[in-house]
Amino acid sequence: MMSGFFDTIGALMMLGGALFLALGGLGLVRMPDIYNRIQAGTKATTLGTLMVLVGAALIMPSWSIKLLLIMLFLMFTNPLSSQVLARAAHRSDAPMTPETKADRLDEDAEDLA
Amino acid sequence: MSDTGLLSKGTAAPWRPLATRLFATLFLFWILLNGSLSIATLISGLVVAGVIAIFFARNLSFLSGFHLTPAGIGAAILFIGYFLKELVKANLALAKLVLTPALPVDPAIVKVRTKLTDPVGRLLLANAITLTPGTLTCEIKGEFLYVHWVVAQSTDIEAATQEIVAGFERYLEVMYG
Repeated sequence: MMSGFFDTIGALMMLGGALFLALGGLGLVRMPDIYNRIQAGTKATTLGTLMVLVGAALIMPSWSIKLLLIMLFLMFTNPLSSQVLARAAHRSDAPMTPETKADRLDEDAEDLA
Repeated sequence: MSDTGLLSKGTAAPWRPLATRLFATLFLFWILLNGSLSIATLISGLVVAGVIAIFFARNLSFLSGFHLTPAGIGAAILFIGYFLKELVKANLALAKLVLTPALPVDPAIVKVRTKLTDPVGRLLLANAITLTPGTLTCEIKGEFLYVHWVVAQSTDIEAATQEIVAGFERYLEVMYG
């Protein structure tokens, strides 16, 4: 009876995670430039994947330590890769949407070279 | 020069506590990865973690910057709680933005200042910024972080620092000082 309860919660968590992943995908399509797209991609994939992993841990409690480690590595590496992508994009002068109202990084570009 | 803290700290600190902490960290990860406490696992973990700790205590000393005190651990727990709350808020904000037909983005790259000097502390700050509402760290230079902001409320350094950095820095200062 108890395990059925956790199975249901776990399945709901996974469903919620999949929903956030889908919204992230929609964000990738709709956002106007690379920086905004990275933003949509990073946040949604991190929370979405975390929720899927928590759901998996609820359904299979014996996996939970390994799933916890995966979550930890994910939280360290996922934003890091996004930051490196954004930096590379800016260094290669990827175009920004005309709505962008300020670019402090461009103003300081000489100091950073 | 007073701001050479990053490098001088590693050479000035005593070797033994660095090695002990590195060993404990590596051994804990080894146990968690294996998920078993059999004799063979424990012995191989002891040997490998011991050898790495002996030879690389100085080179990997950036892993030992965490303040392992009750205050530091308490701050770490509060940091994780605050971070998860911000992560959920970020996703709800993003969902709302993406589902709004007009797509009301107002982006800017702003410059913020951090008081943290520890490299892992800065890494955690940059990662936390990236995962919180509408902000993405693009570049770190000295004490300044350049942050892309989807709905920028201010391009002023002080105001943006207050809005983006202050919440996390409160905890990270206690953890990494």
